[in-house]
Amino acid sequence: MSNESSLRSRLFADYGMFFVLAVLASLFSFLTYKEQHPTGSDAGRQVAEIVEESREGPLHVMIVARGTAEDREFTSAAREGLASNGVTVVAVVNGEPRDVRLEVERLSEDGQSVDLIVANDVASRWTVYDRIPELKMTPRVTPRPYYGADFLKSSNLIGVANQTAIYAIIAIGMTMVIVTAGIDLSVGSLVALAAVSSALFIRESGGVDASSAVVIAGVIGGILLCCLLGAFNGVMVTVFQLPPFIVTLAMMMMASGLAFRLSSGRSIAELPESFFALGGGRLMGVPNPVWLMVGLYVVGHILMSRTVLGRYIYAIGGNEEAARLSGVPVKRTLLAVYTVCGALAGLGGVVLASQLEAGDPKFGDKYELHVIAAVVVGGTSLMGGQGKVLGTLIGAFIIAVIKNGMNLTNVDPFNQKIVLGGVLLLGVLIDTMKRRPEILTRLFSQRG
Amino acid sequence: MNSATPTADAPLLEMQGIQKSFPGVHALSGVDLVLQKGEVLALLGENGAGKSTLIKILAGAHRADRGMMRISGDPVTLASPAAAISAGVGVIYQEFNLVPGLSSWENIFLGREEGSLFVRRTAERKRASEIFEQIGARIPIDAPCGQLSIAQQQMVEIAKALSQEVRIMVMDEPSAALTPQEVDKLFAVINRLRDRGIGIIYISHRLDEIARIADRVMVLRDGKYVADRLISDVTRSTMIEWMVGRTIDDEFPKRSVSIGDTRLQLKKLRREPSVRDVTLEIARGEIIGVTGLVGAGRTELARLVFGADPMEGGEVWLDGRRLKLHSPGDAIRAGICLLTEDRKHQGLVLGLSASANFALPNLAMLSTLGWVRHRQERDRFRHYVDTLKIRLSSPDQLAGHLSGGNQQKLVLSKWLEQNSEVIIFDEPTRGVDVGGKYEIYTLMNELARQGKAIMMISSELPEVLGMSDRIIVMHEGRITGTVDNVGDATQETLMDLAVG
Repeated sequence: MSNESSLRSRLFADYGMFFVLAVLASLFSFLTYKEQHPTGSDAGRQVAEIVEESREGPLHVMIVARGTAEDREFTSAAREGLASNGVTVVAVVNGEPRDVRLEVERLSEDGQSVDLIVANDVASRWTVYDRIPELKMTPRVTPRPYYGADFLKSSNLIGVANQTAIYAIIAIGMTMVIVTAGIDLSVGSLVALAAVSSALFIRESGGVDASSAVVIAGVIGGILLCCLLGAFNGVMVTVFQLPPFIVTLAMMMMASGLAFRLSSGRSIAELPESFFALGGGRLMGVPNPVWLMVGLYVVGHILMSRTVLGRYIYAIGGNEEAARLSGVPVKRTLLAVYTVCGALAGLGGVVLASQLEAGDPKFGDKYELHVIAAVVVGGTSLMGGQGKVLGTLIGAFIIAVIKNGMNLTNVDPFNQKIVLGGVLLLGVLIDTMKRRPEILTRLFSQRG
Repeated sequence: MNSATPTADAPLLEMQGIQKSFPGVHALSGVDLVLQKGEVLALLGENGAGKSTLIKILAGAHRADRGMMRISGDPVTLASPAAAISAGVGVIYQEFNLVPGLSSWENIFLGREEGSLFVRRTAERKRASEIFEQIGARIPIDAPCGQLSIAQQQMVEIAKALSQEVRIMVMDEPSAALTPQEVDKLFAVINRLRDRGIGIIYISHRLDEIARIADRVMVLRDGKYVADRLISDVTRSTMIEWMVGRTIDDEFPKRSVSIGDTRLQLKKLRREPSVRDVTLEIARGEIIGVTGLVGAGRTELARLVFGADPMEGGEVWLDGRRLKLHSPGDAIRAGICLLTEDRKHQGLVLGLSASANFALPNLAMLSTLGWVRHRQERDRFRHYVDTLKIRLSSPDQLAGHLSGGNQQKLVLSKWLEQNSEVIIFDEPTRGVDVGGKYEIYTLMNELARQGKAIMMISSELPEVLGMSDRIIVMHEGRITGTVDNVGDATQETLMDLAVG
């Protein structure tokens, strides 16, 4: 009984930020709750059923939607569904209102009439139908609207996860560094360097026609380069005992400069399709970067909580001298931590290049700050010795959800920055008050 | 007694029915304390008896749940350290609050600088040197405090308190890090303070010192008041009995171990300026006491043997094999361990759990392919919790939340699990109460019986004399004397060797 409650209180203490995330998600669900119009293939199938329910005999149907990928899914699903029910689809429009007029003109030349228009919500609102005499009286069928939250739509949630994935991946390494009471400011520049160097390698070894072996080599090469520079940070910090802040600040400048030099300041876009699969592809409907993030967090969590290396990392951050005198290989551990952090930044850079289908030296700008913010909001102390990898994941998502929620509720971008700064401050404030409640009691007792 | 009329003959400090509990612990249950002007009151008790809590309440760092305090008859509530200082209470903690880069006078007036924009340097400097003169302390007044000795830093702390016009001065283990001569000087200063009518609460585990300096002694046990007598009315053994709650026949347990062949050999170990050509042998089952003044190079010697600092010359041999020691990790693998004197900064990672601290040097044995075997870690740790009687709520309790004595036992447990062949104890009983000391001595005897080679660094001469088979005395990095026949040695002979 008492064991259970202490477990619960520990969960709360360790992952209290999870509740903050849950509250934020509920808030934005509430704020974006409104009438929704189904889209995509589900909507297409649904509309075919609606037509079938009210059909009394043969029908000549025209399907209308915009030219986007989602709308094309809608039209093809609707066409399939209608055709299998024996309905004649005389025309499919994926485009603009003008295309409807052109299609109707073509149909009337063929002497073909239209009994019914099937359209998704947006296309059904076009005014073009009223201006075409043949369609003035034609009834229109649309998918049934329902009530729901924009925030909770699976496309939105997957989008949030996809946009967070790269920050979150880099934040694993940053968490490890910060737990050792260090800092790595170079990750943003390493993102740019990895993106540019792998794109450059692939372009020079075949460009758009490069083989997948070249792509794999480019990806691994970009990551390895950052891994090496991370190790260089580690050597400076351990062997030469320089402060991590300064070492990684210098690396931030040098890596960024190198990225600009390699690319001559231009974006490198002559890349093959196979390179885009890494960041742009999906597995079971979920983008690859999200899978990568989930996998790396599982590994990161196990590493920090179950392995000797993780134990060493916490011990060094908590008390480096005591750790050394307990036989902990301090230098080797720190070297490993900075190397891993560099490698993850490199991975982030390559994934970003793949997502954006280019390598650009301006990538990764201010990433170090966003990543540090995620780590800190996730409850890791900059003093070292304390923090959890899963906390960082929650921290990254808190920031992402706030950004996304503000976009959905049309908060102006300038105000968004102000809010995000406030959130960072609030996160640290809550965490500090939790650790040192006496600050609050003193504050209020002095007033009283 | 019952009304709060300030009178000239009211005691300087009265604390009545002080109660304080922390989650799950009654730290203090109804403690009374009276301190007169110009009196030195020794506050005694084992670790966890509630001395620190009582002092923190007096210093305004904690607030009592119940009870009242009067200073010169006036009721006071000491809500913050600042309030305590302005009420005339000064506390000299074991860990000093000095900024190492600032000079003594800058430290003394830190936060209370005279002058509104520019510091009135000459006035402050003059005032500081007056205070030093009053207490008879000779301090290089402009030297950064980080360069002063521990004893000198302590004087700066005392001067700082005096500059704040304190009437009640609390000293927490002030002699713990001092050499015997420095302790003599400290006592001279305390006598001067007493003559000026300042009331002093003196906390120490060293009963012989208390007999020399205190007027009265008060004992706490388990958060309760036990006794309060004039020092002339009590004996050493009654004080121990009050603290421990039972009679202790002998402070040092007997051991009968036959000393075997040589195990550890140090040959001309050198690291200037603190260790100079130290040659030393320790045999199977032998306890070597190493003593000397602070700065004699004892701790530095231990760190060399442990690989914590690089050697400039010399060799370390164990069981006829020469060791290459580049890091503490090397030493641990070779079978040498060091129990540092400073538990909080060097012995433990306070933010990690007790069991994680226990496992830290032992992870090679408690893991497979880099994977920590949690259950085994727990089981091994539980074994030591039982045998060493470590008091904790669970193995997950943070090391920083354990009391001082239990922290020391935790440090012991992690090195016992190593089963090292050479064990170096650096001030093993500093800050440990009488009962705890006895347990540590018993443990050392047991290790000697198992055939380990033990080096015990200590400033407490009775301990060195009571526990060692042989005694090494160091002075300025060199061995200045070896006492083979410990039975004939006295504190005086050791002191004689220690001063060089």
